[in-house]
Amino acid sequence: MADAKGLSPENLAKAEAVVALYPHRRSGLIPLCHIAQAQDGYLTPAAIEDIARLCGVSAAEVRGTASFYDMLHTEPVGRYVVAVCTNIACMLAGAYSVLSHAEDRLGVRLGQTTEDGLFTLEEAECLAGCDQAVCVQVNHRFFGPVDEEGFDRLVAELAAGEFDEVVPPHGVLCRVERSVGLKAHRDDERATAPAAPAGSGDGGAA
Amino acid sequence: MITHPDPIVTSRLGHDDSHTLERYLATGGYEGLRKALGMTPEAVHEEVNQASLLGRGGAGFPAGRKWSMLREAPTTYLVVNGDESEPATFKDHLLIERDPHQIVEGTIICAYAIGARQAFIFCRGEFALGLERLTQAVNEAYEHGALGTDIFGSGFELDLVVHPGAGAYICGEETALLESLEGKRGFPRIKPPYFPAAVGLYGEPTVVNNVETMSNLPWIVLNGGAAFAALGEGTSTGTRLFALSGHVKRPGWYELEMSKTTFRDLIYDPSLGGGIRHGRELKAFIPGGVSAPWFFPEHLDMGLDQDAVGKAGSMLGSGSIVVMDESACAVRAAYRITRFFWRESCGQCTPCREGSGWVEKVLRRIEDGYGREEDLDLLLDACDNIAPGLGWPPKQTTICVLGPSIPSSIVSAIHRFRDEFLVHVKDGGCPFEPDEVRRAE
Repeated sequence: MADAKGLSPENLAKAEAVVALYPHRRSGLIPLCHIAQAQDGYLTPAAIEDIARLCGVSAAEVRGTASFYDMLHTEPVGRYVVAVCTNIACMLAGAYSVLSHAEDRLGVRLGQTTEDGLFTLEEAECLAGCDQAVCVQVNHRFFGPVDEEGFDRLVAELAAGEFDEVVPPHGVLCRVERSVGLKAHRDDERATAPAAPAGSGDGGAA
Repeated sequence: MITHPDPIVTSRLGHDDSHTLERYLATGGYEGLRKALGMTPEAVHEEVNQASLLGRGGAGFPAGRKWSMLREAPTTYLVVNGDESEPATFKDHLLIERDPHQIVEGTIICAYAIGARQAFIFCRGEFALGLERLTQAVNEAYEHGALGTDIFGSGFELDLVVHPGAGAYICGEETALLESLEGKRGFPRIKPPYFPAAVGLYGEPTVVNNVETMSNLPWIVLNGGAAFAALGEGTSTGTRLFALSGHVKRPGWYELEMSKTTFRDLIYDPSLGGGIRHGRELKAFIPGGVSAPWFFPEHLDMGLDQDAVGKAGSMLGSGSIVVMDESACAVRAAYRITRFFWRESCGQCTPCREGSGWVEKVLRRIEDGYGREEDLDLLLDACDNIAPGLGWPPKQTTICVLGPSIPSSIVSAIHRFRDEFLVHVKDGGCPFEPDEVRRAE
């Protein structure tokens, strides 16, 4: 990506502050991926390099870790990632009909992005909104119960910008920032802590 | 007979601003912590032992006993599991969004009791609003003097960090959660060591407790463990937050006294589930998350009791009950649940990784009308390879319990609704209508 410059100076500072919250730098990996996604909507190769440097691991390790997690994207996605839950409670409330309607309405199949770059459609696993089935998340903001008409209204209002306050662009997760660093007296321990902890998950099948 | 004790974990939820510090302080917030800090850590621990508080995550392990198992070490950690992802479970999501300070206060109390100086709340990544509210609550707790150094003048110090997940069911398994918190793929760790209390986060002794478990602590400290243990029956003490979904008139969350309320009450009482929609008949229900074997109408009069449900061959698990009426297709339900496990298998162990995909495909072809009669035995045989004997609790062939959870829905569906499977095979397709779309009111 020619236009991808990695994390902005402001986000680099934010990332440093996040890494400092953990006894071991690598623990910052996933929070930093969220910072990078908030900036670009997905994980750009340059941002992955920045995260690797900040966490003391290789870019391949960042990519390999990120690929395990559903929320982290290494390819561009739409401004709005619309995820329709089809797990048991939503399925019983007709989620597959709503999902198939969503494909027709947006003119895309699952995993695809509309030509205008506005919507990416996904099928979600249970989103813990089962009393509001069928449950739909847009950039991880909850809507429900959503039926076919409700889905049409939702995408129309999103496209018209009526949810701009509630639904930030894809990647922006937590808009409240931590206001304090660590306070308890353990700075000395931290300075001497090795970059990677010993004996934690080392015996795994991985 | 439904009892109506005062709610413990949902007492503030009637207020629209239940998530704010102002409301929290106006309703007794942080009083439990003040009281705890005036006691010795051992005395706080003893109150929790007396309460017989069972972990509210799914396994139901006594919280106080978990704390007792901590290995002695200079550094110990507390990690709160807020990665709620068991399908049909939405109670932690509720507590995180609507009463984050209660979780923070419970976490500080627990950290004090076990001597941790750093704690983490692992919040499921998909809970964007929850992350915002938890982060806000932690910021406010520092300002209020409830976190940081010399908490409320007691000399106790603690840092609390809200850690976002990134979308992986398996991270609810405590050792996978710790791996994820260490910045890695969420791969459950090989046991032994069985408990993070021995080898946990960064290899240090760690207590991992669920969000709802933490939410009970302020009340237990304020009112005493005995008052908590006076609610419920036997080992199922206190109240529990149940999540009811599926074909009931009133899906939602209900905080109920353990054991005293039956499944029939929960599903049919007008003040609770309100009965089956459209006046239809109950076909089956799942008593504790989709990892649990299914229950049927003959189980309705059983109490919401961990031991009773366990003895009957299932589990109360994560406290989520899914109701299916006669219009639900058992094959489709088993297929969708199995598809979930296939998608969420971390891939370390062959029986889970390969087995889940295999049975998912077979169920799919039966539902789509391409099944064969021998597919039923094939399904049971594959399940037997994942969890030999197909009993409950399931035998383990894998590092964690995700794999052995796969047979629950399949075996339940085949044993009870064998004829329904055969009709799919004989007629070349599903005899049921598509699931009816629930209309927004």
